Amino acid sequence: MPALRGRGEFGVFWRTFKRNRLALCGGVVVGILVVLAVLAPLLAPSDPHKPDTRRILAGPSSSHWLGTDQIGRDVLSRVLYGARISLAVGFISVGIAAVIGIVLGSTAGYHGGLADAVIMRLVDLMLVFPRFFLLLAVLAFLQPSIWTIMAVIGLTGWMGVARLVRAEFLTLKEREFVIWSESVGASASRVIFRHILPNAMAPVLVAMTLGIPAAILTESGLSFLGLGVQPPYATWGNILNDGKDSIEIAWWMTVYPGLAILVTVLSYNLLGEGIRDALDPRLRQAVGRFARPRR
Amino acid sequence: MRRAGSGAWRLLLLGSLALAGCGGGVEGRADEPAVGTGAPTYGDTFIQSSISDIAGLIPNITSDSASHDVGGLVYDGLIRTDRNLNWVGQLAESWTFSRDCMTLTFKLRQNARWHDGHPFTADDVLFTYRTMIHPKTPTAYKDDFLVVKDTEVLDPYTFRVTYARPHARALQSWAMNVLPRHLLEPYVAEGKLKESPQNSRPVGTGPYRFQEWKSGEKIVLVANPDYYGGRPYLGRVVYRIIPSQGTIFLELKARGVDLASLTALQYLRQTEYPAFRKAYRKYRYPSSGYTYLGFNLKDPRFADRRVRQAFAHAINKQELIDGVVLGMARDATGPLRPGTWAYTDRVPRHEHDPEKAKALLAQAGWKDRDGDGLVEDKEGRPFTFTIRTNQGNEERKKVAEIIQQRLKEIGVGAEIQILEWSSFLKEFIKKKRFEAIVMGWGVGTDPDQYVVWHSSQMGPDQLNHISYSNPEVDALLEAGRSSCVQQDRLRYYHRLQEVMAEDLPVIFLYFRDALPVVASRVRGVEPAPAGIFHNFTEWFVPRELQRYTSG
Amino acid sequence: MALFALRRFLLAIPLLVGITFVSFLVIHLAPGEPTEVQTGDLSVHSTAQARQALRELYGLDKPFHVQYWKWLTRVAQLDFGRSFQPDGRPVLAKIGERLPITLLLNVVEMFLILACAVPIGVLSATRQYSLFDKVTTVFVFVGFATPDFWLALLLMILFGVQLGWLPISGLRSLNWEYLAFWPQQWDFLSHLVLPVAVATFGGLAGFSRYMRQSMLEVVRQDYIQTARAKGLPEQVVIGKHALRNALLPVVTILGLSLPGLIGGSVIVESIFAIPGMGQLMVQAVFSRDYPLIMGNLVIVAGLTLAANLLADLAYGVVDPRIRMAARRRRR
Repeated sequence: MPALRGRGEFGVFWRTFKRNRLALCGGVVVGILVVLAVLAPLLAPSDPHKPDTRRILAGPSSSHWLGTDQIGRDVLSRVLYGARISLAVGFISVGIAAVIGIVLGSTAGYHGGLADAVIMRLVDLMLVFPRFFLLLAVLAFLQPSIWTIMAVIGLTGWMGVARLVRAEFLTLKEREFVIWSESVGASASRVIFRHILPNAMAPVLVAMTLGIPAAILTESGLSFLGLGVQPPYATWGNILNDGKDSIEIAWWMTVYPGLAILVTVLSYNLLGEGIRDALDPRLRQAVGRFARPRR
Repeated sequence: MRRAGSGAWRLLLLGSLALAGCGGGVEGRADEPAVGTGAPTYGDTFIQSSISDIAGLIPNITSDSASHDVGGLVYDGLIRTDRNLNWVGQLAESWTFSRDCMTLTFKLRQNARWHDGHPFTADDVLFTYRTMIHPKTPTAYKDDFLVVKDTEVLDPYTFRVTYARPHARALQSWAMNVLPRHLLEPYVAEGKLKESPQNSRPVGTGPYRFQEWKSGEKIVLVANPDYYGGRPYLGRVVYRIIPSQGTIFLELKARGVDLASLTALQYLRQTEYPAFRKAYRKYRYPSSGYTYLGFNLKDPRFADRRVRQAFAHAINKQELIDGVVLGMARDATGPLRPGTWAYTDRVPRHEHDPEKAKALLAQAGWKDRDGDGLVEDKEGRPFTFTIRTNQGNEERKKVAEIIQQRLKEIGVGAEIQILEWSSFLKEFIKKKRFEAIVMGWGVGTDPDQYVVWHSSQMGPDQLNHISYSNPEVDALLEAGRSSCVQQDRLRYYHRLQEVMAEDLPVIFLYFRDALPVVASRVRGVEPAPAGIFHNFTEWFVPRELQRYTSG
Repeated sequence: MALFALRRFLLAIPLLVGITFVSFLVIHLAPGEPTEVQTGDLSVHSTAQARQALRELYGLDKPFHVQYWKWLTRVAQLDFGRSFQPDGRPVLAKIGERLPITLLLNVVEMFLILACAVPIGVLSATRQYSLFDKVTTVFVFVGFATPDFWLALLLMILFGVQLGWLPISGLRSLNWEYLAFWPQQWDFLSHLVLPVAVATFGGLAGFSRYMRQSMLEVVRQDYIQTARAKGLPEQVVIGKHALRNALLPVVTILGLSLPGLIGGSVIVESIFAIPGMGQLMVQAVFSRDYPLIMGNLVIVAGLTLAANLLADLAYGVVDPRIRMAARRRRR
């Protein structure tokens, strides 16, 4: 399977992807969320960190569209700024996991032998520890901050990507074009980067897209246990957590961030699944058979 | 609050459930009268909730509040506090001090028995003392007993203890739970108290006997019918272990527990509906713990008193109290508890005045030299630092957030870091690697706080974390501690409060109110300066209202 | 096959030892001391001597490798030592009283997830992009996206406080000992409903999507076309041929999730006041209770490795291709 280049390949991918309405919606929503997060400083009506002790847990009103929180801060502003942090946590931790996974997976898959054995044992070792407990332990030991949280979620989540990449390498290694390249004298890294990796990227991309919502949810779980992002910074998870003890008198504190998380997770998952379905050669063949693209 | 985080909130009074209040200012609100309608009746079960499981059943060697609460019903001390925060006898009938205040003689009760029937005698008191000072006993409460020079058992019901020097806390230390010699003697010598059966099936002299402890689920106590103070009316006491504050509140709403502590928000806004007011009575009285903003006084920025005073002027304490506990607290002006005999509020104050704060900072050399909103020193370094506090405490988090914003207004940049308790303690507090902290202290009735503020107590395992050293304060602490003349001590402690209010080693923030609720079917609850638990053994439920009668 | 099993088993032992070494190292590098040593942390009465005495008592002042070796030799004799927390009970006892309830909850949850996820996955696959597919997709993702603690609190408010149908927390009612046998079981069951519901709703997404994906792949295979071409009714094609093959990868995933059965969700446990393994471990970490943490890790790692081995063996038995390969080799 040659690398996914050329207009034809992308066109097929796009047509297959378009058929999936839900995935399309997901993609659009993700786009909107990213835009909102980037523009948060412009869109937010108030300073998300400024307390106002005269308006504690006030309901939605004209001055505070989504109400205020337990020390009087504007919930709308906090949700908007929270989008930045929640999405950043998602992207960066998944990015870290992907990088580690790709590096280790390709090394294991390409070189085989001792490297493969050692890396796979490392994967086993990491998988044996319950992930959440690992997170807790490390965060309890270190000083929790946005960066340590992102790093730790990334450092404990690369195993799946590594396995995927390794599996792809194992199958692709035997393909003709690789053997051809090697016989022509291409260096290992060239072979890896130009030929094998692009093909392996597809499942990795899907894994990443599906990993982002998981990272966001993990952060909210950590907030519940008091080890999430530091105050006064808002994330959807910690706004939810702050509001959980007053659900019946301040529904806005849990409903709005909860909806935000829900929409984000849903969209990313639909998008990721859509990408995976569109990249699957068998599904694409099916599309090719039944949908006659106009040329 | 979690066990770890509430360590600093813990009372210095041991062996009793007394929470102190001030003279007057205690409210109880109810739709039905609290005091009994008719004669007290025996029976029913009283259900309490506990955030954490108990660490063990020998409170002398534990330090979490849960095990002390339970232990307070199973064990007795020689003395306890009564409703007005005065000392009265529990296992001791009476006591006398010698003229020089160095010898204390107790006359013990003759009708007290251990739960297994064995009689209580002075031997048990001597044994308890020896246990507390034994090097292999892992106890946090040795301090006061180490000052003892000599002990004597004059007869089975008379115990005399002599101190090496006048020690103001001498009497108070005998509120410590007394342990049974006949059961524990073999374990102390080897330091195996934790492994003794007593730690899982305790035998005490208290009003309740231990029945069972299901780890992580519940602890059950039953009334001791032979209690010398009279059999308690509530037949059983159950502690349900529920690790989540939110769940405890829901259980309260569903009437699954009979006692819980409310947060300010719950008290004011979430429990005002008719069904709740019918099922529960709410109480409010000043508690014995205060929250403060502490500084590392070895940091040259904070060593300058003007900087600390500037911070005090920047903070609006009323806003803090309104914001964090919705007004349910008292302003704290010093380390002593309002309502205790040595307290005074006639001390210098630092009102909310941002202009004055900026002026003081300028005097100390901090001005905004480059217009970026932050003040800098002569070398252009901006004034930024980190406020640290422990995880698991919502209040302290809110305090830090509000203070952070107020400091921003005077040009000081503060970051907040919330740390897990164990690392916080070992890595930051004990190693003094902090700049500022938001913490709390639990304060007893005796005003002696030598171990917190004296300059000799700055060691890594000691409690003067902020490295405070003020010779006048040192002298006052020493004088107050070694006198037993009330008048003299009053003078020393008044002066101490004046000095500390001016010097501000920490910024004293507030003493929050305790906000317990009790099921309305329970009668006999009498709010008093000591709170509501001083007469727990007299609470009862009229027969027709009893809910749990199947044993 | 037996040789394969033996080889894997032997490989697992050094892995186990390696895991313990790494864990021991990491835990001792961590800042903080067992809180028991801190004897009252900020109590105004503690003394430095008391703390030092405690450190010596627990051997915390010895160098790292000495501590590790001591621990390892004792574990080899199945002596996991006593907890450092103030109750000082044997580690095995503490784990032993929490493991059963965690296992029970997880097994019930796994069972329910499978019972729901398989039909949902199959039906979504066969009706890809239909309304049913879309609705169930959104439904399972709502379950996935809702933070556990939020859902738990909402359900507790609805069913526990407002309607009063179900108990809010704990495992048993207070008068449980006085109930007859069947009411006892009923009471226990009613306490499990909410925690299991919360866990199941959150876990549905993973399995059902995987099932759906697997089914989608299988349905496009040639042999399915053949079966259809043979004139077999759709029910048989899907139910017999497709399903069996689609289940294979799901069995793999199931095997991989077996180790997860031993750990408890600390969030669900603390909200519902269930004394399970999750809370035990978190408490152990926070109080630096080294023996308990290590004991737990060894048991979890051991059980995980065992479960992995079993899953591999099961897979080998179930997957005819592997069986055929084995048979071929034997010949």
